[in-house]
Amino acid sequence: MVDKAILARQFIEAIPHAKALGMRLTEIGQGNAKIEMDYDEKLIGDPKTGVVHGGAVSAMMDTCCGAAVMSHPSAPAGTATIDLRIDYMRAAMPGQKIRTSAICYHITRSVAFVRATATDDDEDRPVATASGSFTVERR
Amino acid sequence: MARSRPEPIQVVKQRRDAGLKALVDGVPYIRFLGIEFERRGDELTALLNYDDKLIGNPFLPAIHGGVTAAFLETTMIISLSWAYLWPDIESGAFNPDNMTAEDLPRMPKTINFTVDYLRSGLPRDAYARAVVSRSGRRYASMRVEAWQDNRDKPFAQAAGHFLMPQRDTG
Repeated sequence: MVDKAILARQFIEAIPHAKALGMRLTEIGQGNAKIEMDYDEKLIGDPKTGVVHGGAVSAMMDTCCGAAVMSHPSAPAGTATIDLRIDYMRAAMPGQKIRTSAICYHITRSVAFVRATATDDDEDRPVATASGSFTVERR
Repeated sequence: MARSRPEPIQVVKQRRDAGLKALVDGVPYIRFLGIEFERRGDELTALLNYDDKLIGNPFLPAIHGGVTAAFLETTMIISLSWAYLWPDIESGAFNPDNMTAEDLPRMPKTINFTVDYLRSGLPRDAYARAVVSRSGRRYASMRVEAWQDNRDKPFAQAAGHFLMPQRDTG
């Protein structure tokens, strides 16, 4: 069996934009994944407060949901986002790492259903939640 | 009643361009993604300059879905702020020349948005235009569409809800 940590690193390394944002895949299971991203000034959306742009959170959500689909035991050969909805609960605290956790809670022959939550250091109060559907590419 | 004499074109353009620049410049993430805005009158078109770092799937290759989402969200926020500020830009009440970064208006906050991925984003420039469906005192609803080579073949669309900045009521 291939070491999952190596697989996880390769997954991010293979996605130029995930690398550009400094994402790290910290956990990959059977239809679930966790990604974290350090605070970086280039990701600021509101220069007055230093709060990270929602778009960077969206990119993380999308990547994490895709990783959850790929890690599902039914082993899709590939996946692409059909749709993704993101709800923003609050601003992420400037300077803090953002962590996203996604779960692929149902999969059919053609569609995977996923939800995700993003938090900063205060893990009891979500920064954002997402839900989406993804394609299931057959081998 | 005789209407007042129209302002010279340079004065009007300079004021509008300065207003737009004040909204867009200074947001690090917009610069990071390479997004620019073009203006024709009050109509804005967002431009996503292609760069290799925007790729999500290097085998196709295709633009990352997160980049597309961020591009659409940025287009909606800037277009909404622009529509909100337009009357003040026209009247001259909003004048970025004598403003510091601290005086800049607060942006609307995204409550949520839903992106539909219609086609894969090709490794080339992309464009987007947003429409304010409804803008009230507290909330606004928007739609946006992004395309690449062909305006009639959008590769993504989104709808979003926003919390409007509160005007100082003194």
